[in-house]
Parts: sequence; C-alpha cells; structure tokens
Amino acid sequence: MSVLIDNLPLLLRGFWMTLVLSVLAWIGAMVLGTVLAGLRVSPSAPLRGLGYTYVELVRNTPLTVVFFFMAFGLPQLDLALPSFFWSGLLALVLYTAAFVCEAIRSGINAVPPGQAEAARALGMPFGQVLGQVVLPQAIRTVIPPLGNVWIALVKNSSIASAFAVTELTAVLSRLSNATAGALVWIGLGVALGYLVITLPSGWAVSRFERRLAVLR
Amino acid sequence: MRITRYAAALAAGVVLAGCSSSAGDQAADQAENTVAVETEASFAAGTTMAELNEAGSITIGTKFDQPGFGLLNPSGTPEGFDVEMGKIIAAKLGIPEDGVEFVETVSANREAFIQNGTVDLVIATYTINDARKQVVDFAGPYYTAGQDIMVAAGNPEGIAGPDDLAGKNVCSVEGSTPAENIRTNYPQAQLTLFDVYSKCADALANGQVDAVTTDNVILTGLVANGGDAFELVGNPFTEEPYGIGLTKDDTEFRNFLNDVLEESFEDGSWEAAWDATAGAITGTPAPEPPAVDRY
Repeated sequence: MSVLIDNLPLLLRGFWMTLVLSVLAWIGAMVLGTVLAGLRVSPSAPLRGLGYTYVELVRNTPLTVVFFFMAFGLPQLDLALPSFFWSGLLALVLYTAAFVCEAIRSGINAVPPGQAEAARALGMPFGQVLGQVVLPQAIRTVIPPLGNVWIALVKNSSIASAFAVTELTAVLSRLSNATAGALVWIGLGVALGYLVITLPSGWAVSRFERRLAVLR
Repeated sequence: MRITRYAAALAAGVVLAGCSSSAGDQAADQAENTVAVETEASFAAGTTMAELNEAGSITIGTKFDQPGFGLLNPSGTPEGFDVEMGKIIAAKLGIPEDGVEFVETVSANREAFIQNGTVDLVIATYTINDARKQVVDFAGPYYTAGQDIMVAAGNPEGIAGPDDLAGKNVCSVEGSTPAENIRTNYPQAQLTLFDVYSKCADALANGQVDAVTTDNVILTGLVANGGDAFELVGNPFTEEPYGIGLTKDDTEFRNFLNDVLEESFEDGSWEAAWDATAGAITGTPAPEPPAVDRY
C-alpha cells in the first residue's frame, strides 16, 4: 500500500499520459473514422474501394505491428515524427479509426433508406445527405458500439509503454522492478487508474444513449 | 519438445550465421587448443577434482544466447568467452575436449542446476553477489562486466562516458537497473525507454536516439548483430563481477578453480580466450584481468 503513496507523483504522471494519449487518439480516430465511413457508403466505387481497403488492412493488422511501423518504419522512409509520443498517437489514431468507421457504417446502414431517398429528392448532394440527414440519425444508434471502441482504445494505449511512452503501464513495469514484492499493490493501483477512465465512460455512454434515443 | 529445441537452436544459429559468421569462424579457429590438456594431472583422493579427472568428463552450464560469452553456433556447439574459460578449466583437470559437455543454463535456473548436480560448474555471465553466495560458492571473478554505452559507428556525438550523455537521447529498458542508474546519477540525460533492447538498437540505427546504455555484455551482442552500424564506447562505469558457480562449501574445488584462473591470467590463455571471442566481436583489447576474490 505504502508503495502506491510513495510513488503517487509517478503514478499520476503515468495516468495523465494515458488520459492525454487516449483522448487525443479518440478525437483523431473519430474524425478519420467518420471520413472513412463516408467513403465506404459513397456512390463512387473507387472511394468505396479505398475505404474498404483501409479498414481491412488496418483492422486485420496487430496493433503492435502498427506501433512498430510508426515508431521505426516511418523514420526509415524519411518520415520521422517529432517524438515517440507522436508515433504512438498516430498508431492509435490510424488503428482505432478503422473500428470507428465500421461502427458508424453499421449505424448508417440502420437508417431507413427512405431518409436518404427523401433528402436526395429534395435535391441535396451526397455530402449534405450524409452530413445533415443520415449521420445525425446514425450516431444515435452507434453510441454503445462507439463506447466499446473507446474503452478498447484506452486499454490499447498501454502498448505505447513498449514504444517509449511513459504512461500507466510503463510505470507498472518501472515500479515492479524497483520494488520487490509489492507487485500486487502496484498492479492494483495501475488497474485502478484504467478503471477511473473506463468506468465513468461506460456510465456516460448509457446516459447519452438514453438521452439521444429516438422513438421510431 | 525435442523438435522445438532443435528448431530453437537452428534459429539461434541462423541469426548468428546471418550476422557475424566471419567473427564467429575466426573466433572458433583461434580458440582451438589454446590450453594443452594436462594428461599428467593428479589430485588428492576424494576431492571433486579427482572425481572429475577419473571420470574424464565435466558438465558445465553456460548461456546459449549471449553473443561473445556463450552462444550456440550454427553447427550446434556453444562458443564464447565463458565457454573458453570452461575449456581451460577442463584442460587443467586433465579432461580432453570431447569430455566437456555444455548444458544451457538461463539466469533463473543457475543456482538450482548447481544444487541438484545437473552441472559441475556454472560459467554463464554469473554476477557474484551476497544473495547468491548464500546458496552457491563462487570462484573468480574472471571478468568484470559493467554498464557501458553503445553509439552509432564512428561515434558522431563524441560520447566517451556517462558524463557526456547530458542533453543526449539515451535508450534503455524501462525498469532495468541501468536505466535507474542513469535516472539517479546522470539526470541530465534524456531517457527513452522501451521494453526490450532490440528496439533501442532499431532507434539508434534510425538516429532516433544518440546512445544505448546497459551492461556491456548485452551491448556486445547488439554490436555483433548490428553489422557495422554500432560501436561500443568501452568505458564501463559500474561493476558486475562474473564468477564461476560451484557447489557450496566445496572449498578445495574453489581454491583449485581460483588457482587455475590466476594461472590463466598470467600465462596469456585468459587473454587469448578473450581475443578469440568477445574481443573478436567488439574489436576491443582484453581488459586487465580482475583480482580473484578468495572470500
């Protein structure tokens, strides 16, 4: 127990890094994932193909491999990122975007086709149909699956510990080596850090879901 | 089980063959018969030396994955500095080279292998410390390892020691003792911490870090596997004395081993063993032999 109190500043630094990494990655993944979902339902076959290829390529690659490529592959292509934090962040964004895309696409498919047809009949172009009619309805149905993607992202951010980002899991390996015999307490403290992020998220998701629910 | 073991040996061999075969071959050639077998050796009855001499065979535990110290070569025989030390000792016991059997020991099973008699000796980058002295005895040290620094070939940053790391990006492994040492004693160095050292080597090759620091023995392996990309600074700044582990309280055997070590320091066979193995990989001359600690 005392090992947690003694190392509280370090644990908090790790917690903060996990939180920053997750939130920034989530913002990036939501933007990219929405664009990808737009590609996947677009009327243009090449754009659909592009979206399909991206999603299948990225979501079927282990996240560790994505991290490895961002950390060590890009510099060999002379595309070095400013630090390992950025390569980790980019890996999380690119990887999570594929899952966000699929969640949103499932929501788009759940919107009755009559909605898009009616919007088109009013003369709206594809971008407007998607952005103003379909997506607002789609988002409501995908709150729970997006919640899952967020929780997975928070836990996936732990892989950054193996790629030179000192977040919660990195603190776990540092402290477990430095303090023999206190592994259980450190493990519990670090797990608690993740729970502090993910448990309220689950609660917030169900609140959102109820608030945004549409009676059909 | 058997197949996996062969596969592992083969894989280790392939890695070595791909990376440092010339150094390895050279090492093997130079290492042939550095010490003549003492065919006339005789020992007082009842001692471990007499038993081993009579049996004409000895079992030595060593590492099979530590380039320069103990590494299985493509043909399945271990080579390295620890292996050469084992051969020197066997020769002094009057045991011919085909009577020396090397068994793989890893860090976690070294004490157990000595205690239950699986091996007669452990020569496996084995640091002498007080906790281990409680369960086994140590002859030696025969080598003093220490934390050192690896830099890109040509040392572009001009790093000669830990004090030069200030303001530089230094790579190590999260939670390791060398990383902790840098954090406490050289706080001006910028630490980049991965989970394994191979990533540090990748980062150094890419120019993402300026230096890698850990025990020189591990760095030797990274230098060996890195083609000509890396070099060792060769200025260790901590001390890890490597000893030869044997059964606790076998004082006669320990004295014999210490005598053999001191002899090898003097007659040049220790230096020859170094030059043929770890020295051939790093290109560094043999250090001063350490003083044997007859505690």
